[in-house]
Amino acid sequence: MNGLLQQDLNQETFTINLGPQHPATHGVLRVKLVMDGEYIVEAEPVLGYIHRMHEKMGENRTWAKFLPNCGRMDYLCALSYNHGYVAAIERAAGIEVPERAEYIRVITVELNRISSHLLWFGAFVLDLGGFTPLLYAFDDREQILDLLESVTGSRLTYCYFRFGGVYNDIDDSFITGTREFIKRLRERLPMYDALVTKNIILIKRLKDIGPISKDMARRYGATGPVARGSGINFDVRKHEPYSVYSEFDFDIPVYEEGDSMARYMVRMKEMEQSMRIIEQALDKLPEGDIQPKKAVKMVKPEKGDYYHAVEAARGSFGVRLVSNGTNTAYRLKLRSPTYSNLSLFGEATKGMLLPDALALMGSLDLVIPEIDR
Amino acid sequence: MPEPFRVILFIIFVMAFAGLNAAYLVWCERKGAGHIQRRIGPKEVGPYGLLQPIADGIKLMTKQLFLPKGVDPILFMVAPLMVMVPAIMSFCVIPFSEIFVAREINIGLLMIFAFASVNVLGLLLGSWGSANKYAVIAGARCVSQNVAYEIPMLITTITMVMVTNTMNLNEIVRLQDGWFWHWYVFRLDISLLMPVAFLIFFVCSLAETNRAPFDMAEAESELIAGTYTEYPGMGFGVFFMGEYANIVIGCALTTILFLGGWQSPIPLDFSGFLGVIWGLFWFLLKLYALIFTVIWIRWTYPRTQFYELLNLSWKVLIPFSLFNLILTALQIKIFPWL
Amino acid sequence: MSGYFKELISGTKSLFIGLGITGKYFFEPVVTLQYPHEYLEMTPRYRGHIELIPDEETGEPKCVACGMCEKGCPSGCISVKGEKRKGVKGKVLTKYILNFTTCSLCGQCVESCKFDALRFSLDYNLASQRKEDFIYDLIKRLKEKS
Repeated sequence: MNGLLQQDLNQETFTINLGPQHPATHGVLRVKLVMDGEYIVEAEPVLGYIHRMHEKMGENRTWAKFLPNCGRMDYLCALSYNHGYVAAIERAAGIEVPERAEYIRVITVELNRISSHLLWFGAFVLDLGGFTPLLYAFDDREQILDLLESVTGSRLTYCYFRFGGVYNDIDDSFITGTREFIKRLRERLPMYDALVTKNIILIKRLKDIGPISKDMARRYGATGPVARGSGINFDVRKHEPYSVYSEFDFDIPVYEEGDSMARYMVRMKEMEQSMRIIEQALDKLPEGDIQPKKAVKMVKPEKGDYYHAVEAARGSFGVRLVSNGTNTAYRLKLRSPTYSNLSLFGEATKGMLLPDALALMGSLDLVIPEIDR
Repeated sequence: MPEPFRVILFIIFVMAFAGLNAAYLVWCERKGAGHIQRRIGPKEVGPYGLLQPIADGIKLMTKQLFLPKGVDPILFMVAPLMVMVPAIMSFCVIPFSEIFVAREINIGLLMIFAFASVNVLGLLLGSWGSANKYAVIAGARCVSQNVAYEIPMLITTITMVMVTNTMNLNEIVRLQDGWFWHWYVFRLDISLLMPVAFLIFFVCSLAETNRAPFDMAEAESELIAGTYTEYPGMGFGVFFMGEYANIVIGCALTTILFLGGWQSPIPLDFSGFLGVIWGLFWFLLKLYALIFTVIWIRWTYPRTQFYELLNLSWKVLIPFSLFNLILTALQIKIFPWL
Repeated sequence: MSGYFKELISGTKSLFIGLGITGKYFFEPVVTLQYPHEYLEMTPRYRGHIELIPDEETGEPKCVACGMCEKGCPSGCISVKGEKRKGVKGKVLTKYILNFTTCSLCGQCVESCKFDALRFSLDYNLASQRKEDFIYDLIKRLKEKS
């Protein structure tokens, strides 16, 4: 009793539960923080609040039936996940994809990436206390959703790609709409720049805050904008080109600083690069089929172990599938980028102030359902 | 009119003003935020959503005043009043017009500052009393922020008192009689840094009232609702009204010190009842223009980080206000005829 | 020291630019749709819940109760029943129940249908407080519509 009391008196730190319902965690992430005043002594992300066993679900249904699950992991960049899964199956089963379908995939995925980054941009500034940019970003994002809805039929959890192609063909109204949108976003990005990026308050909050070193990013397996903000020049689209990405001319924005500002800038620049890709793809868009000539019926990949990675908005999304030659997976392992990106949070925030840590968390661009799967 | 009646009438007016003002400032804020963000804002309750504040008020009042486990019941209940009451008290010396003032006292300016510092005590007690870790962090932030910002604000005020030689608010306004370039913000002949002093004072009053971008105590994305995290129903409502009343006080003070209070920008004076209305009109116009700026600022910027806030105070505002003090003193000494 | 003033001036300028932008948008028209008062037309490809396509001549559903949609549904939310009738080739649909509470709107049922008997409805104003309201009897729905 006495000892307990003594311990209590000597305790200079306190524990605080950030989440599972907290405005800054954007979902049901819980972070257990041991704090010394406002300084974080230890941060431990606690996951699993919306675990839905997607990997296990993949093992008890046919390959095709798993398709709608993909969009429900990362609901902000659902098409990348569709792409990753479909491409893995195509690699495993040796399905040829018509060129037009590949182009359509690239166009829609890049649109989806812009929409994801726009949402992140708004939510990130919201984390920093600025409400208005969120709604401006949503205004732009809404245009993308309208475009994608006119093609895929849904606005968020798309299930658009099929083994060997895509589900619907794009039409002229989509192409002109996309071109108009790119024009619109090109005019809006300088506005975001002036309103947010160059704002002294934002610069003060992000510059040199939350540094993630190259080494730390490597050790935790961080990918995507988080790694590129730490100076690691790695983008699956460029370094392990899949689909038709090798035919386009685009840059990978890489920043060496590793602070929150660098991650912010990477994403802002990526939107511009995505627009470049879309424009080139629209220019080069070939005529032809959107599904293979010989319709893909029951997919039965040969026995073996397959892996395919794509660059999703948050990093490298990998699908590893072990097939035993039947119409269901023996094992389906999904490597989601945010899981690795989040795991460095504990080390990176050591000794940091709470608001800075939340700025860092915002700059990681977390999507909780994707972490938990 | 006998003095006691006048005072009672005025107190009723002030309380009604503070309450209604808080309610309709919320409406203005939501409407303003809406249009800045290219949406409409409240529109369903009443025409243009004008009855929305009433509906919100009723909703808050009908909520249970729930005392969470572990709170200090006295501090918890008293804290909102400690924010609200001083704000209402301060209204007593604010001259809405030349004769439209409850009490014209010689130390009006001092009194407002005295009451304004009770505000932070209320926030601190409220956050301490709610026995919530987020609230305690917010309370600690609140105190250091207020301490840091009271210094440049008071230095600027001292400068103004040096210029006017009085702490009587009505007297200060009377000194700015005439054309609008007689307002202190434009009086470069008194101090070259007068517009800067105005900015410093305005920024400090933003920080004092815990408004964005200095809303450390609320910081909804960090501390959930900061001080107000545990407050139910009208406990929160009173805090809220107090906050808005404080904004009005801050903006009124800025108007009086720098923008000529109830003076019209052109020397056009009426006597009698029309004069009161004329003064009231100009005072409220300037006041609400400033309040709109406060709202506008809130919906434009992200929140500052805590140490940046202190840096701004200690590295920018305090040196500048001190420099302004010295410069003004020199200018008054060298050109005493101005 | 010069850095200090430079930052002060550029910082203050950036703040005023920000105010300018939001101030400009304050006077621009709103872009939101006043939803319960105004409605959006859905695009023709909108994937709502499914509905049966009637035969143009008879008005009866084109569905032949082959059960491919039921088999292809990842969530198992479709149940189809048909029966043999005299004088009719193939089966006649007697029951088509869609349990919309578990449907994930993936559209695999429509794709797997070889008889062009299913399509997506454009309804999106779906709200109810009872779960039972979302277990649709599509044959009944078709009859109500025609």
